[in-house]
Amino acid sequence: MFPSRFDLVVAQSVGEAVEAKADAGEGGRFLAGGQSLIPMMKMRVAFPETLIDINRIAGLDAIEQSNGHLQVGALVRHADVVASDATFGAIAAAAPWVADPLVRNRGTMCGSVAHCDPEGDWNSVLLATGADVVAQGPNGERSISIADFVDGAFTSTLGEDELVVGLRIPVPSGRSGGSYLKLERKVGDYATVAVASHLELDDSGAISAAGLALTSVNPINTKVADAEALLVGQQPSEDLFAEAAELAAAAAEPRDDVRGTAAWKRQVVRTYTKRGLAAAAQQAEGS
Amino acid sequence: MAAPTTPAEIGGIGHSVQRKEDARLIEGQGNFLDDIDLPDTLHMAILRSPLAHARINGIDSSAATAIDGVLAVVTGDLMDQHGLAWMPTLSGDTQAVLATDKVRYQGQEVAAVIATDPYIATDALEHIVVDYEELPPITTPQQSLEEGAALIRDEKEGQTDNLAYTWETGDQGATEEAFAQADRVVTLETHYPRSHPAPLETCGIVADVNSVTGQATIYMTSQAPHAHRTLFAMVAGLPEQNIRIVSPDIGGGFGNKVPIYPGYVVATAASLLIGQPVKWVESRTENLISTGFARDYYMKGELAVTDEGRILGLRVDMLSDQGAFYSDAQPTQFRAGLFHVVTGSYDFPAAHINCKGAFTNKAPGGVAYRCSFRITEASYLIERLVQTAAYEVGIDPAEMRLKNFIQPEQFPYETATGFVYDSGDYPTALRTAMNEVGYEDLRREQAEARAEGRLIGIGIAHFTEAVGAGPSRTYDIAGLKMIDSAELRVHPTGKAILKLGVKTQGQGHETTFAQIVAEVLGIPANDIKVEHGDTDHTPYGLGTYASRSTPVGGAATAVVARKLAEKSKKIAAHLLEAADEDIELASGVFSVAGSPDRSVTIQDVALAAYTNLPEGMEYGLEDVTYYDPPNLTYPYGSYIVVVEVDPDTGVWEVQRMVALDDCGVRINPMIVEGQICGGLTEGFAMSAMQWITFDDDGNCIGANFMDYLVPTAWETPRFELLATEVPSPHHPIGAKGVGESATVGSPAAFVNAVIDAVAHLGVRNIDMPVLPDRVWAAIDAAV
Repeated sequence: MFPSRFDLVVAQSVGEAVEAKADAGEGGRFLAGGQSLIPMMKMRVAFPETLIDINRIAGLDAIEQSNGHLQVGALVRHADVVASDATFGAIAAAAPWVADPLVRNRGTMCGSVAHCDPEGDWNSVLLATGADVVAQGPNGERSISIADFVDGAFTSTLGEDELVVGLRIPVPSGRSGGSYLKLERKVGDYATVAVASHLELDDSGAISAAGLALTSVNPINTKVADAEALLVGQQPSEDLFAEAAELAAAAAEPRDDVRGTAAWKRQVVRTYTKRGLAAAAQQAEGS
Repeated sequence: MAAPTTPAEIGGIGHSVQRKEDARLIEGQGNFLDDIDLPDTLHMAILRSPLAHARINGIDSSAATAIDGVLAVVTGDLMDQHGLAWMPTLSGDTQAVLATDKVRYQGQEVAAVIATDPYIATDALEHIVVDYEELPPITTPQQSLEEGAALIRDEKEGQTDNLAYTWETGDQGATEEAFAQADRVVTLETHYPRSHPAPLETCGIVADVNSVTGQATIYMTSQAPHAHRTLFAMVAGLPEQNIRIVSPDIGGGFGNKVPIYPGYVVATAASLLIGQPVKWVESRTENLISTGFARDYYMKGELAVTDEGRILGLRVDMLSDQGAFYSDAQPTQFRAGLFHVVTGSYDFPAAHINCKGAFTNKAPGGVAYRCSFRITEASYLIERLVQTAAYEVGIDPAEMRLKNFIQPEQFPYETATGFVYDSGDYPTALRTAMNEVGYEDLRREQAEARAEGRLIGIGIAHFTEAVGAGPSRTYDIAGLKMIDSAELRVHPTGKAILKLGVKTQGQGHETTFAQIVAEVLGIPANDIKVEHGDTDHTPYGLGTYASRSTPVGGAATAVVARKLAEKSKKIAAHLLEAADEDIELASGVFSVAGSPDRSVTIQDVALAAYTNLPEGMEYGLEDVTYYDPPNLTYPYGSYIVVVEVDPDTGVWEVQRMVALDDCGVRINPMIVEGQICGGLTEGFAMSAMQWITFDDDGNCIGANFMDYLVPTAWETPRFELLATEVPSPHHPIGAKGVGESATVGSPAAFVNAVIDAVAHLGVRNIDMPVLPDRVWAAIDAAV
């Protein structure tokens, strides 16, 4: 496995990185953890002319709660998310299911989000919890809601000269719970099917906010908005979750492939939505 | 288990001596193929076909050749000028080295670049232009044998269809009679899917041909260096004394490093033509898509049974997918390996087996992946079939087996297909495993769980393997008899070097073979260096695969050590001034019968062998033995797996896995258990996830470790190991070989467990890998 020739720029600041990207143009790619990009280069399916290494940039490696948000810097590794006390609900549930320990040690949460692989875990979790992607370009910083950020399979609305510098995920103020149920063929595999669930409860125990998103069963990570709408205002119950599960199964457009048949994947979406919402509700009720 | 007869400091048979090879491997001091770095080495990269079936109208390599650092682009036409565009396979077929006329599978070798560094070589591949004319790909053997299917092997004289071979064995008349007497016939059709050994280290070569002397030193990832030397001599026409094959440390073989691959031939030819060393190391993808695959048998088995569950006869129809070339590495006499061991552990008089193989547009191979020549497929079929018969007859699967087992007093037992099983006690093995797992309680728990809507399954496999090929009257590969050898030299200070014809790939030969010598001569195992893999420095042998190292090479080691023990006794008698016949040897001490205080040690004797000999005796203490085994050995085992199946998703999880193995005498119990755990992991892998499949265009799905699923510790269940020890009566130390038992025996146990969980719904078969969608679909269809 020998990649094509490329130039390497080691950026010392976000400014330098963004400038290098502007210079490199289309042939430039940022390198953070490199857990998708480097294998793609070695298999010669990616041929960047210039790699802009952001790993030496100071101040991008924090994961912390502030101003009612969980803030995740561009150099926060998946393993840092696993180890962090600042996470909650679906974020905490999903982190140990991302790839395998080796990939988690190097790969970054922001890199995975920016990669927009429809089989990636984080974008479903961010769709369920609601999150903003923070990007920096030559003209400064801007926030993009995750729903607007993900444009398609492996494509985002990030500008060619912009770098994802962080994520901002709202921290629920009341009782809340979340889950991420992932069916994978083996550790390190992409999801065959995964369901991210997020529930917030009001004082009466009714659902005040709901997030539900699916991985690997649509061309992009998919928010199940009609199920979310159904859940809000209702008391958690097995019947309610079964109804939501039917909407999730209907929202899934899986395909027959080596991982399994479409009919079965839809059945897994149904089952995991029921179980995932129940787990989220149980966590919320106990919080 | 018999207690060791030597003290721990000698470390003979039965001691769990720490593996001598581990320290250097763990500390990064091993010497693997890619570590070999000769001066002026050139690097080779191979251009492979992106298409499964296409005619080559032309190859333009001018742009690649013009790249700075590229020395040559080798094509099939160039190889053809040297008579090397095609090469013989180990099954009497021919195989393209570099394609001249057509490509017949995705990943086939089309051209090779020789350059000064591997990056340049890989870059240059992108500048070779091949004019392909696409042909319809054939991706299943059923399709392949249909009337009017495109002819894959149109270059083969007399070949008018896609049939690779036919082979039939057993007694058809007797079998028909048995079926006529049966109360019922139980049928199972199942596919053992294509798999790949996927050793951690891929294949590679450093070919170093001296342009002046003609001496070819070939460093190569080879499980069979001596056989490869002879085959190189025969195929390339090089004088055999000029060929030295060195197989360095090998990072796993599992059968994948038995064949000679096109890359080896091209690299050697390139070194010969250019006069510099040429190195080629496969990428992971190259290894998975082009080198020896395994299995891919479509099997239909029928059992003739009585209402009481007695088996009367077996009929098998098998169709194998051979890929584009018939290149199974197997004994010449047997066209489907030892598949006819399919009668398993059961006593019945009649069997008839009908095999045929078809060419398809897939990679060739058919290597025995951690298995003795297609025994895995056979063992899987009979163990699945017996379980099916139990459900149909309505008796417990364990009882079905106990009712039909070959009994201990029947050994040596000749099977309906002509194997003579050497020894065993199958009922004790199965009952011991059943006791350990708590079989009766489990059946009760299973019934209770079903009442709650939970699905528990208990699967049994009781396999018998036939390993240690083999007796020269029956077994050869490409005409080379399957004997093996050991040469033992004891130095004056009592240390020794043992040289083997077999070649370890991780099995622990450097430890266990030293232990055999330690057992016989009493030289501590740690004082014995084991050398192997270099054909200039070791005696001839057919190599390590098919669990043959201990049965054949281990036997040679015991015999040569005994020869030296006899000479040593004479020297000891001389030193002790006693009669030869009064000398007794135990744990390295020679003493005079009746006066145990008069003794000398093996170390004393070793020094005397070079300094102080009886009149007329030749100096030195060394010998060599070539061992021709009188029979195969027949290890066996009883495996029981308990699973729980999630009825909503079809996901299944292993709750228990009890594995009892009887491999005869265990030389190093720790290494044996390591082998079993590894084999069970691979058996689990094949049952659950590890397979190579193809889309309709013949694209390989499974070309990297994202798509070809090798389980990790996370997925792998915990194994509970048990042992019994019925020695082989004909092996010099009673050992039977164990490297492959668990891979052979366990897949049926895992699959039987899942089937058992849903058998009450009428499910009888789910093909491997038992993917959750297949389980869910089976439940869905049955309910």
